[in-house]
Amino acid sequence: MSLKVIGKARRRVDGRAKVTGLTKFADDIALPRMVHARLLRSPHPHALIEKIDVTKAERHPGVHLVLTGRDFPVTFGIMPVAQDEFPLANGKVRYVGDPVAAVIARDEQTAGEALDLIEVTYKVLKTISDPEEALQTAEPRIHDYGEQGNIHRIQSYEFGDVGGALAKSDHVFDDLFFYEGNTHLPIEQHASVAAPDGEGKLTLWSSTQVPHYIHRALSRALQMPAAHIRVIACPNGGGFGGKCDLHNHEIVVSRAALKLGRPVKICLNREEVFYMHRGRHPVLMRMRTGVTKEGKLTGMHLQTLLDGGGYGGYGAASTFYTGVLQTVTYELPRFKFEACRAFTNKPPCGPKRGHGTPQPRFGQEVQLDKIAERLKLDPAELRLGMVAKPNSLTANWLKIGSIGLAECIRQVVARSDWKNRYGKLPSGRGIGLACSSYLSGAGLPIYWNKMPHSGVQLLADRSGQVTVFCGATEIGQGSDDVLAAMVAEVLGMDPYDIRCVTGDTALTPVDLGSYSSRVTVMMGNAAIQAAEKLKAQIADAAAEQLEVIPDRLVFSQGRVFVTSDSNKNISFREAVEFAEAKFGTLGAVGSYSPPRSPGRYKGAGVGPSPAYSYSACVLEVDVDQATGWIAVPKIWIAHDIGRTVNPVLARGQVEGSVYMGLAEALMEEQVFRRLPPRMSHALVHKIPSLLEYKSPTSLDMPEVDTVLVEDPDPNCPFGAKEAGQGPLLPVMPALANAIFDAVGVRIDELPITPDKILKALELKAKGKPPRVGPESFPAVPYPKPIFVATPWEGGDGRETKRDDAAAVV
Amino acid sequence: MSAVPDRVHLSFSVNGEETPVSFAPYKTLLEVLREDLNLTGTKHGCELGECGACAVLIDGEPQLSCLALGVACGGRRIETVEGLANGAALHPLQEAFADLGAAQCGYCTPGILMTAKALLEKNPNANREQVKEAISGNLCRCTGYQQIFEAIEEAAKRMRA
Repeated sequence: MSLKVIGKARRRVDGRAKVTGLTKFADDIALPRMVHARLLRSPHPHALIEKIDVTKAERHPGVHLVLTGRDFPVTFGIMPVAQDEFPLANGKVRYVGDPVAAVIARDEQTAGEALDLIEVTYKVLKTISDPEEALQTAEPRIHDYGEQGNIHRIQSYEFGDVGGALAKSDHVFDDLFFYEGNTHLPIEQHASVAAPDGEGKLTLWSSTQVPHYIHRALSRALQMPAAHIRVIACPNGGGFGGKCDLHNHEIVVSRAALKLGRPVKICLNREEVFYMHRGRHPVLMRMRTGVTKEGKLTGMHLQTLLDGGGYGGYGAASTFYTGVLQTVTYELPRFKFEACRAFTNKPPCGPKRGHGTPQPRFGQEVQLDKIAERLKLDPAELRLGMVAKPNSLTANWLKIGSIGLAECIRQVVARSDWKNRYGKLPSGRGIGLACSSYLSGAGLPIYWNKMPHSGVQLLADRSGQVTVFCGATEIGQGSDDVLAAMVAEVLGMDPYDIRCVTGDTALTPVDLGSYSSRVTVMMGNAAIQAAEKLKAQIADAAAEQLEVIPDRLVFSQGRVFVTSDSNKNISFREAVEFAEAKFGTLGAVGSYSPPRSPGRYKGAGVGPSPAYSYSACVLEVDVDQATGWIAVPKIWIAHDIGRTVNPVLARGQVEGSVYMGLAEALMEEQVFRRLPPRMSHALVHKIPSLLEYKSPTSLDMPEVDTVLVEDPDPNCPFGAKEAGQGPLLPVMPALANAIFDAVGVRIDELPITPDKILKALELKAKGKPPRVGPESFPAVPYPKPIFVATPWEGGDGRETKRDDAAAVV
Repeated sequence: MSAVPDRVHLSFSVNGEETPVSFAPYKTLLEVLREDLNLTGTKHGCELGECGACAVLIDGEPQLSCLALGVACGGRRIETVEGLANGAALHPLQEAFADLGAAQCGYCTPGILMTAKALLEKNPNANREQVKEAISGNLCRCTGYQQIFEAIEEAAKRMRA
């Protein structure tokens, strides 16, 4: 099949609006009679609210409305299992920044003045500042639900007898790793505008990645029928996972707009965005891995401990993701995974690019480097010898399709001149290698249902115009461009002639949103199905006119041709006219649901995906041994994308991922400090500003050599897999491994900063183990594991009774 | 004590047009542009001078509009992204940014476009290091900057031709 649109480098269909300033972000919306909201946030990390007095605020000139927890009796939460938030605190606050009250006034300035007039009396509770403290502190509980005390989630799985596998291994590597939390930092601050329409129904425009989930959750939060709520996802000024929750402010402006009968807007300031967070979980990991002397993995026992912050959010899924994809990259015959997420009095964590997976990926790839070192194997060869097999099942019953990982490794090895440089560069300089895999869409939605994950509707009429409707959301990744490309390819059209209407719950079929790298695969498959149906109708009518059978037609360049005689053709517009005359008003729908996963055990729903993407990365480093300063002159990345839809955008996704991975590796951290005791002693964000929360500038970004490897996956539209998250994952471990090559020290935690390098070099100079990283893993009361036999040991995907006689304790 | 007026009235040149406007005196140029002139092409990411999203040209120099008081801009010459194209014809920087993937979400884009315009007007032959230096005050979270560098260089080439 020769493709006309797919694979061609093109300007994105929404490119012109983005360079003219015409793209309408949520804060760019202004409506007549619009008033402005601001939120009062808790100054205490953990406290009971004894009294709120809003009378002075209400009397302040220009104030229209003051709302408190009393106005919001119903809890909300993005996942059905975590309905643990109130739009405004209902008697209790759980982190500094937890919203307590809202003022709606004629302008932001006035609303801000009125916030200062609200009097809140708090009764301060003990602050739980990290997971270890949470494990040791049964009371007070941050929430009155969860597993026990301050444990939100705790779980244990064992796929095959891992104890036995490790006992029979030639070597067992036992490592501790720590991955610090960090945040999305979209340049667009979250904004929302809510307005009642003429019929009293509500419209919410918002910077959200998930309008459908917001629609559902808002209906519950407002106790209002979903049919009376319209959620419009504005193009996001960057998402990265930070705009996937229903946020307090979205509910507050909605309620306020309904009460006041006029539009209400809010735009968070940058400090509030830091407190909103929902970003990368800090994760402590213990990873015990068995290997044969030839360098084959025999089994892995992974334990994780997540710092969840003050609310559940997506945390139940995050907890799973700190382990479930460990099996997808390399052949791993047996796997035991224990995970625990603790509540702490900090901004809630959630999904950030890679969602839970970068943390264990960092651990595994650094550990593989240690394995290669011990076994005296080349790290690239070690990995090439254990790449997972295409069309296979993993120990935890995930179904893998295409795998381009070996080719990715070969590409970065060749392009970086790895063989001549690894282990051979002068002291202070080094290169490191790491790999990864990632989902192309989560196999299950966040609420249980059997309906499609993505729906697409097409409209064509006698004007020759084709409009495509889909609930998918443009967050910068090129969602609209993929949608137009898919339809254009099938209908033989120019993608710029297709109109996209997206992310509007009143107009567009449901798509679950821009998260889990699902849009290209799921929306793309739905779009192809809809376009094929429309094409069949048009072909039927055109064939009559051209006096051939429909199979003899080809749609190309905006025309319909007879294959055997290209002089016989009509324009696409004429063909649509004939079709409209023959069939009446033309339209078609397509929908997509991922294939059912073979796993049948409880919890098997997290991890399955229609396809997995693969990446390999080589990173060069230059370490100043006097100062510990780390310079990264170049990064090579190869990404198995299945098939490239638009190389310009695909490369942008890969390089943007590399950038964000490097940022997490070198500098970014969402960390907290205590205010002095003479003040409140509250646990506050250390650096809630763009100046102090360090992220790479144009001067910090190294050259990136990007290769797109194409190993089309049969489950994917034209074979196209994801590109927006996977390529982030190998960057952090590649840096750690390069540093070992450069100066012979192991930094087993992120970020890797000059002080850690100096500390490790000091240890090395004293003859001590040259390692900086966590020293111990606390006693976590993991439950007895759910045991599932692997596909190659007689399993059927269900929980099985463990053969205790065979187990080696 | 003299009373602070509720609104001030003044005039400045915006994208070549003399533009009278009245606004609350505490407002920044960013707020005046976005809220009083409805020129929402100029974005904001912090309103503290940290991200560069609000960069506009004041008398030809890239400035952060979130740090410039509106009342200080009377009589000055302001250029924003809305004035970059020549009618329907995009500026070479806009063409190159759209073609080469330099705008992903598009949110930092107006600030970078204006900063790059000032650079290329001063230095039509700017090299990679000069491009990096010029936009080092503009944070982009999407692209990793590579395609932005390439687009600015491509635009410079087209402008020289």
